[in-house]
Amino acid sequence: MNGQAAADVLPLAETASSVDRHAAGDRRPRAPRLRDTTINMAHGSGGKAMRDLIADIFVGTFDNPELSALEDQAVFSLAGLAAGGDRLAFTTDTYVVSPLFFPGGDIGTLAVAGTVNDLAVSGAKPLYLSCGVVLEEGLPVETLRRVAASMKRVADRAGVAIVTGDTKVVERGSADKLFVNTAGVGVIPRGISISAKNARPGDIVIINGCLGDHGAAILIARNQLALQSDVESDCRPLNSLVAAMLAACPGIHCLRDATRGGVATVLNEFAQSADVAIRIDEASIPIREEVKGACEILGLDPLYLANEGKLVAIVPRDDAEAVLAAMRAHPDGAESAIVGVVRESPEGIVSMRTVFGGERIVDMLVGEQLPRIC
Amino acid sequence: MKYVDEFRDPEKAKTLVREIDAMVAGFVREGRCSNKRPLQIMEVCGGHTHSIFRYGIHRLLPEAVEFVHGPGCPVCVLPMGRVDDCVALAMRPEVIFTTFGDAMRVPGSKLSLLKAKAEGADVRMVYSPLDALQLARENPRREVIFFGLGFETTMPSTAMTVLQAKEEGIGNFSLFCNHITIIPTIKAILDSPDLHLDGFLGPGHVSMVIGTRIYGFIPAHYKKPITVAGFEPLDVLQSVYMVLKQIADGRCEVENQYGRIVPEDGNRAALKAIHEVFELRQFFEWRGLGSIDHSGVRVRDAYAEFDAERRFAVPNIRIADPKSCQCGEVLKGVIKPRECKVFGSACTPETPLGSLMVSSEGACAAYYHYGRIDTSALDRPRATNAQAADAKQESPAKAVA
Repeated sequence: MNGQAAADVLPLAETASSVDRHAAGDRRPRAPRLRDTTINMAHGSGGKAMRDLIADIFVGTFDNPELSALEDQAVFSLAGLAAGGDRLAFTTDTYVVSPLFFPGGDIGTLAVAGTVNDLAVSGAKPLYLSCGVVLEEGLPVETLRRVAASMKRVADRAGVAIVTGDTKVVERGSADKLFVNTAGVGVIPRGISISAKNARPGDIVIINGCLGDHGAAILIARNQLALQSDVESDCRPLNSLVAAMLAACPGIHCLRDATRGGVATVLNEFAQSADVAIRIDEASIPIREEVKGACEILGLDPLYLANEGKLVAIVPRDDAEAVLAAMRAHPDGAESAIVGVVRESPEGIVSMRTVFGGERIVDMLVGEQLPRIC
Repeated sequence: MKYVDEFRDPEKAKTLVREIDAMVAGFVREGRCSNKRPLQIMEVCGGHTHSIFRYGIHRLLPEAVEFVHGPGCPVCVLPMGRVDDCVALAMRPEVIFTTFGDAMRVPGSKLSLLKAKAEGADVRMVYSPLDALQLARENPRREVIFFGLGFETTMPSTAMTVLQAKEEGIGNFSLFCNHITIIPTIKAILDSPDLHLDGFLGPGHVSMVIGTRIYGFIPAHYKKPITVAGFEPLDVLQSVYMVLKQIADGRCEVENQYGRIVPEDGNRAALKAIHEVFELRQFFEWRGLGSIDHSGVRVRDAYAEFDAERRFAVPNIRIADPKSCQCGEVLKGVIKPRECKVFGSACTPETPLGSLMVSSEGACAAYYHYGRIDTSALDRPRATNAQAADAKQESPAKAVA
């Protein structure tokens, strides 16, 4: 990586626009278009076939100076990072999903949004992502092209650049079509301190919209149920919403995106980390009718269904209204709702007042939720 | 869902709870029950157990009434040997073994189906036996076996699938039949000497198939009231009210709270399909309850070609329940799940010893997930007349897991 490219990304606050600027002021030759229509072992061999694949699909699509330098690493100036805050956030996640494409997204949107969100819920401003792919021999190149385009679209929306990557090809049967790993770095502004340990009795629990859309969309897209529905995955980057929330209340105590295991799992993690009780109110939890219906049929609990664009926030009571208002004013939080409160005891326990007026424990999920027999 | 929400109306629930409170307070005054010696109502069906815990219905009732969770979860009563048989079938290289999801985790003596799958068995989760038949059509060179289990609720769809397979001449489909039948099971419970039940909530889905008339022996011979109940929380609450009302009136009858679904005579077409395909076994082994005469069904000779037990050499392994496991006593309502010696210690949802801990409808799993802590630490949604009337009696200390 040359010094010029690193200098180009300064100042950090303008990362997104600097990416755009490079896309516009193109001084690099366009990558050659890959002729193959199917991935074969040569695409992972390190030779010309691999170079062409990377140049066309990844460098061409992701389109930023750090990646175009084609070095083994992306390089950033420390001073540039330090200008945005006083701590780095660093995370990684691997994405496997069947089917690869589903209503509301695909594995590419998941891979970028998921890692961006893991950074965002620390309060960090996400900046750079990596992208590693494992391709199964026989994968249509067009599939990979669509996924890369999705990644670029979500990266642009989130204002991050995908600056380094890796490609491996495995024999047919050794992987299921396409696996993606993304790692990401972001900078946490001074003064922000978000941790699962921070929940305090009296705090308010807020979520940013309807639960279970992603899990239900995937279940329905697998088409094993002969169910039809318009449910779409909620897959989206949440860093802009988090920025709006932190602007309203820099002292947010806890934030976590509720992916696998759903909101129930996140609440249990909060309750156990901070040794507090959390009590939620079923009637206040937004869930789409279609999702409720699918859950009724299958005997699943929407509290445990995966989300890809939902977060759980725990905020000081006095700031709750301000945070809620900021969330509702944001397109990714229009359906936000206060769903519960933090209490002193019983420590580590999440309970729910049911719509029926009863009370039950909301426990950690054990294994996978399995549909009931009858 | 709007239709469903009507059956979850908290205001209607309050009215019902008030009336139940008043009635039970009367029972307590008359010395018919107390917090220490509560009236026991058994919900036969696992679906009811699930509703009770999911909506916290047990916490709405006065302490002088308690639910006893019956054997109505077909996954829960599956003995280990049958799971081992499943695994043996699934391990055959030519076999695609298909099963409902919640049977995947039931422990065998060595493996569950989930673990067998990891060991290389081709085990697939299906949502209906017709999905299994479709797999057979799509994989003509493989043997597709469907793991049929459940009471009369799931029996008709299995029977219809066998009939369909016969009609289409699909030669590579068979059924590993573990269907069980409800009436002999209820009889076995009622005949058990260590039982003190005061009434029953009858199973809703099963009764949709077999009707309500068939339960006549329960009030006639055993002098216990029974109300066939739906699964929404108001259904359950109303059914409890109806059973208590029978007790208050000194009546003993079969009542039907779930009339919107359950006809008195059941579903004739479904019963016809069941009788066409299945016949009673001499006996069937149950987890915890031992062998119960005529409690299981098998495939009739006319459909022998679709019977996995006839087509393949099924080991037919019999394995005693683990010694420490008290599933049987829980199933009969003799002890509560948390009174079991291994509840929450050796037996948890991660490492279930008994199958009551496996299925989401199993009484132990429901206790573990929804009620294992002392709920008095939570807000009590009630302050009931019954409690007031019985205030001097200390409530039994609830163990904290």
